[in-house]
Amino acid sequence: MSEPGSGDSRRITVDLLTRVEGEGALTLRTRGGELESCELRIFEPPRFFEAFLVGRHWTEAPDITARICGICPVAYQMSACHAMEAMAGVRIDGPLRDLRRLLYCGEWIESHGLHVGMLQLPDFLGYPDAIAMARDHPELVRTTLRLKQTGNRVMRTLGGREIHPVNVRLGGFYRLPARADLQALVPELEWALDAARGLAERIAELEFPDFHQDYELVALVHPDEYPFNEGRLVSTAGIDVPVGRYDEVLVEHQSPHSTALHTATARGTPVLMGPLARYALNHERLTPLARETAARIGLGAVVDNPFRAICVRLVEIVFACEEALRILRGTVSADQAAVPVPLRAGTGCGATEAPRGLCYHRYRVDADGLITEAKIVAPTSVNQARIEADLRALLAGELSRPDDELRFLCERAIRNYDPCISCATHFLDLRVERS
Amino acid sequence: MKDVRVIGVGNAACGDDGAGLAVAAALADRALPKVAILRSDGDGAELMQMWAGAARAYVVDAVRGAGPPGRVHRLAAGSPGLSARLGPGSSHQFGLAEAVELARALGSLPAELIVFGIEGRRFAPGTGLSPEVAAAVPRVAWRVLAEIRAAQPVRRPRRGGGRPS
Repeated sequence: MSEPGSGDSRRITVDLLTRVEGEGALTLRTRGGELESCELRIFEPPRFFEAFLVGRHWTEAPDITARICGICPVAYQMSACHAMEAMAGVRIDGPLRDLRRLLYCGEWIESHGLHVGMLQLPDFLGYPDAIAMARDHPELVRTTLRLKQTGNRVMRTLGGREIHPVNVRLGGFYRLPARADLQALVPELEWALDAARGLAERIAELEFPDFHQDYELVALVHPDEYPFNEGRLVSTAGIDVPVGRYDEVLVEHQSPHSTALHTATARGTPVLMGPLARYALNHERLTPLARETAARIGLGAVVDNPFRAICVRLVEIVFACEEALRILRGTVSADQAAVPVPLRAGTGCGATEAPRGLCYHRYRVDADGLITEAKIVAPTSVNQARIEADLRALLAGELSRPDDELRFLCERAIRNYDPCISCATHFLDLRVERS
Repeated sequence: MKDVRVIGVGNAACGDDGAGLAVAAALADRALPKVAILRSDGDGAELMQMWAGAARAYVVDAVRGAGPPGRVHRLAAGSPGLSARLGPGSSHQFGLAEAVELARALGSLPAELIVFGIEGRRFAPGTGLSPEVAAAVPRVAWRVLAEIRAAQPVRRPRRGGGRPS
């Protein structure tokens, strides 16, 4: 809705953002043709996860945090496991490490597939939603749905079920998947690999708004592989620290209009996480067909147009399929489902790459194995400030447009980041100022 | 898979949201030879896969906001306005209403898809079915069964014999 204000001021609100995970809204205020404020309001109710982890046993963290998100539960399980294992001084190597990567491949394929086809593609093809798009482009919808189902199947095979998997534990898994069940994934992943490559070429031909931003991009960087579970915390503006020093370089602060905490670098710069960041910092380590796909669709070393994030997501689906197939064709049998992780009281940090960007966990655990403090930072929280900055830049030359067009432009821009608002919310002490 | 499918939708851990699963469990006990009994958490893509290729599908789910607890709604997917009446169950994923409309757009909706909605009272975790909903479960199972039987026989002519249908 739009409210006429005094003089030539306008207030435009998008009361409920659609095709995003969770509940958020946007308010723009303009005065004299200038943008006065732009607030992405996240009003998804606070979730209290960090508070109710306190007092729970440290081995419960992967199962409790998996409940934060139905789309990217693996990210939470993996970050929790790595934080606890770092505290215990245990490293997971060999087949168990590969199986964790395989599980993560499933989550990326499922999450990116859903976002590309159901949430973002309607914007590019001019439809209000995927249902309307399906009438004219049924094959696009069928393909992306099957991609999502392929990822779900990988998650179900390793995790026991695709939403909130139950088979992940500190040190590995509760039960190893049967070899036959793993091998049964191969044909569908081979189909998915081809389908994602074809889809990438098709989508790269769409029209993209000419919009470029100078981002400080943040992602994990690993010397040998495109990152899932491991790496240093690196930014394109010079941050390069081990994950354990996250809190020194990225700082959270409250913003009254959002139930999700905002993040900036220690220097106060908003940062962007997610596909654009991973790609810019790691594209040399993509698998061969993913690299070829990126080159074929014309992605340079850095993609600075957020509207092209859909292309990077497709390159990442290609990568995840290739990586999954590499793992499945190698030695996937492990001697044991998990290695022992002995309790060592202290503080542990872990960060892994959720589909939407880096997911950071920090836990303090006492000598009885009980969690005394938990901190969880979801990538959507971190990206909020950058989303708002993008919207301000995007709207600068567009404010003369009618409200409906502005509203669509903003919604579309927000969907570029695939925000998972339900993941991002934390409790916030809201202060109401009245004058 | 079998021509007739019954899909119970819900989450047994969330009070009356387990209604659809309870109906599926009640029907599974009947050991119906020509009917596949399936359970889903309500993910739209999964629902579409579950009813793909079926001649008839019955989806049973908990609903809220359209009457007293325990009331049973019967909605045919062929009728317009089904999705408007179901509404989006979650903003986090696409659910039953979207799956019906998407399947319709893709031409993969079964010829007959009936949604039985059981009006729930409480959806908080760990509360179990409310008495009203627990009482509705056998009634809905009976109605689904009655519809399946009324629509029988789903016999196909056998090659080289069999009665003409």
